[in-house]
Amino acid sequence: MAELQFREAIRDAMDEEMARDEKVFLMGEEVAEYNGAYKVSEGLLDKYGFKRVIDTPISELGFAGIGVGAAMNGLRPIVEFMTFNFAVLAADQIINHASKARYMLGGQLNTPIVFRGPNASAGQLGATHSVAYDSMYAQFPGLSVIYPSEPDDAKGLLKSAIRNDDAVLFMESEQMYGMKGEVSDEEDYIIPIGKGKIKREGDDVTVVATGKMYHIAKQAANQLAKDGVEVEIIDPRTIKPLDIELIVESIKKTNRCVIVDESHPFGGLASEVGFLIQREAFDYLDAPVRRVTLPDVNAPFSKPLFDLWLPDAKQVIDAVNTVTYRN
Amino acid sequence: MAKKKEKEAIFTPIGIENGKNGQVEKSVDLPDPTDKSHKDLGLSDDDVINMFEQMFLQRRFEERAMQMYQKGKFGGFLHLYIGQEAVSTGTVHALNDDDDIITAYRDHGWGLMRGVSAKEGMAELYGKATGCSKGKGGSMHFANVEQHFWGGYGIVGGHIPIGGGLAFANKYQENNRVTATFFGDGAVDQGALHETLNMSQLWKLPCIYVVENNGYSMGTAARRHTVNEIHERAKGYGMKSAVFNGMDALTVYENMKEIADEVRKDSMPWFVEIRTYRYRGHSMSDPQKYRTKEELEQYQKVDPVERMKTYLLDNKIAKKKDIEKIQERIEDEVLEAIDFAEESDFPGDEALYEDMFADTPHFHDRK
Ligand SMILES: Cc1ncc(C[n+]2csc(CCOP(=O)(O)OP(=O)(O)O)c2C)c(N)n1
Ligand SMILES: [Mg+2]
Repeated sequence: MAELQFREAIRDAMDEEMARDEKVFLMGEEVAEYNGAYKVSEGLLDKYGFKRVIDTPISELGFAGIGVGAAMNGLRPIVEFMTFNFAVLAADQIINHASKARYMLGGQLNTPIVFRGPNASAGQLGATHSVAYDSMYAQFPGLSVIYPSEPDDAKGLLKSAIRNDDAVLFMESEQMYGMKGEVSDEEDYIIPIGKGKIKREGDDVTVVATGKMYHIAKQAANQLAKDGVEVEIIDPRTIKPLDIELIVESIKKTNRCVIVDESHPFGGLASEVGFLIQREAFDYLDAPVRRVTLPDVNAPFSKPLFDLWLPDAKQVIDAVNTVTYRN
Repeated sequence: MAKKKEKEAIFTPIGIENGKNGQVEKSVDLPDPTDKSHKDLGLSDDDVINMFEQMFLQRRFEERAMQMYQKGKFGGFLHLYIGQEAVSTGTVHALNDDDDIITAYRDHGWGLMRGVSAKEGMAELYGKATGCSKGKGGSMHFANVEQHFWGGYGIVGGHIPIGGGLAFANKYQENNRVTATFFGDGAVDQGALHETLNMSQLWKLPCIYVVENNGYSMGTAARRHTVNEIHERAKGYGMKSAVFNGMDALTVYENMKEIADEVRKDSMPWFVEIRTYRYRGHSMSDPQKYRTKEELEQYQKVDPVERMKTYLLDNKIAKKKDIEKIQERIEDEVLEAIDFAEESDFPGDEALYEDMFADTPHFHDRK
């Protein structure tokens, strides 16, 4: 095991895959000479040169589409968005083309492309820079959506994403880039897409959380343990395909569930997981499933409003107390 | 190490640290400022004194804001306009008060020129309820819609079609107002610009699309992110265009006035490149490794604020003492703004759900 920052784990994954396969290249805004807006791609230009580490203009729609075309024509692009908040401009290429071209043409071509970058909010950056897009993309057939919470998951899953023959969205967080964690130093470390992980074992309640929300759930779990409530945290790691079996297994043991989701409440990960639980584990539930999400409101700038807006450990504890009838 | 071929395919032009063709040649190449005096341009002594005051206010407001940011008084992004003040100042003097202005996130100077007081501006940076956008927007979203400043926007290029829409509504309502839409050199690369320019020419929208070419899009020199001369894009649309010096408020005034007068007459759009320079980093976390100290110094020699001060003194429009008085007054105004921001209240919790809807509010699953 090596202790790595999140950004280093992502970089290592890209580095290893670029070394392994000449068809893999990276492009995005400020990825080359500036070494990445968040230093994720630091050193890759020096190692792989200007051909394979490419600075793009601020033309998200254009370079995402050039990525899709290049993928169809034999390459394996990694397209970095400065954040998925800007990938909204590229949504036509992701939603209308990357996810559909193969099907429309009867399977004649592949689109092995990874779109990656930070997702969701990163402090007080205002309404247009704070949206979590994982659930939205999961709506569309043909796309895989990964939102890991720890460096180890990030490394293994990104390597899988790059080798995947279809379009994958790989989501990170500005606020997690500096976070350190043990990363397997197994050679060619791969985590299959679609497998969740039990990140903490407990008997009293299942909390489902991924990405940045996993860390909120963990804080809440540590707090609740002091009160004798043992939380089992399931990190699905990939939003789609979703490892619902792992979640259901856990609920069969705990009989209670809280979902923590960084999206707005309507039709997100929380609603989907909630639906599947009631269908697959209805007889095992001792309380209605609760969720903690963003409110149905845009991100405010002002600090106290922003803090109110973003899910926090207290909200998770409240929800756990509700499903365990401790309120 | 990847194996090196004789001739490797390279896509993006290589930059400053790695070769010669990344230098900011376009910005270095500042067109000459006007040689007309303020009188020739129809401006009074008071007008130019006023211009100096406004530029000095924008400068000091941001220098102080930067200090407060570094002290941790507020968070978020802070993109400073320092170096570009002649553009906002010359433009606002050239336009009518009810002409519309919209810009990107580098918006403090524009707000201050269009009725956002130093107090309301500083309070917005602090996220206070007394801010110009009630603390909901912060640095990137200054606005004063009442005075036809439609705000700062954070998605690069996103507001360009909106500028076209403001102009569309003005034409529709036959009110003879001109719209000026400002954006950076980086935004020129967005598809939204292309679509908007085409429709604007097709539909004869009374809008001036202005690129504030400050040499860089974040850490990328203009030469490395966009092809050809920016202002020449206009040719492809058969649109009228201009390129001029943005380090001199009188030059900006002269050109923007002529252009606005013409737009008002014939309702045809313009595409304008104003060459300027940003003295500070892109935002507060920028180590600025992409440019040399010498380059920065070269532009500081043509500082728009100093230039106007020299103009006032040389032409005996104001005495040294008058200038000092103005500077002191503005210094006080900015310090008072900081006190005001610090003492103002944050928005209350209920404000989270306010301002979402003009019509009946609805919030899914609100607890
Ligand atoms: C669609 C989109 N992509 C990327 C960004 C990140 N970003 C913010 S400012 C900026 C550079 C823009 O440069 P320019 O248009 O020249 O304006 P300047 O900052 O020089 O005023 C970038 C890449 C963004 N805000 N929106
Ligand atoms: Mg610029």
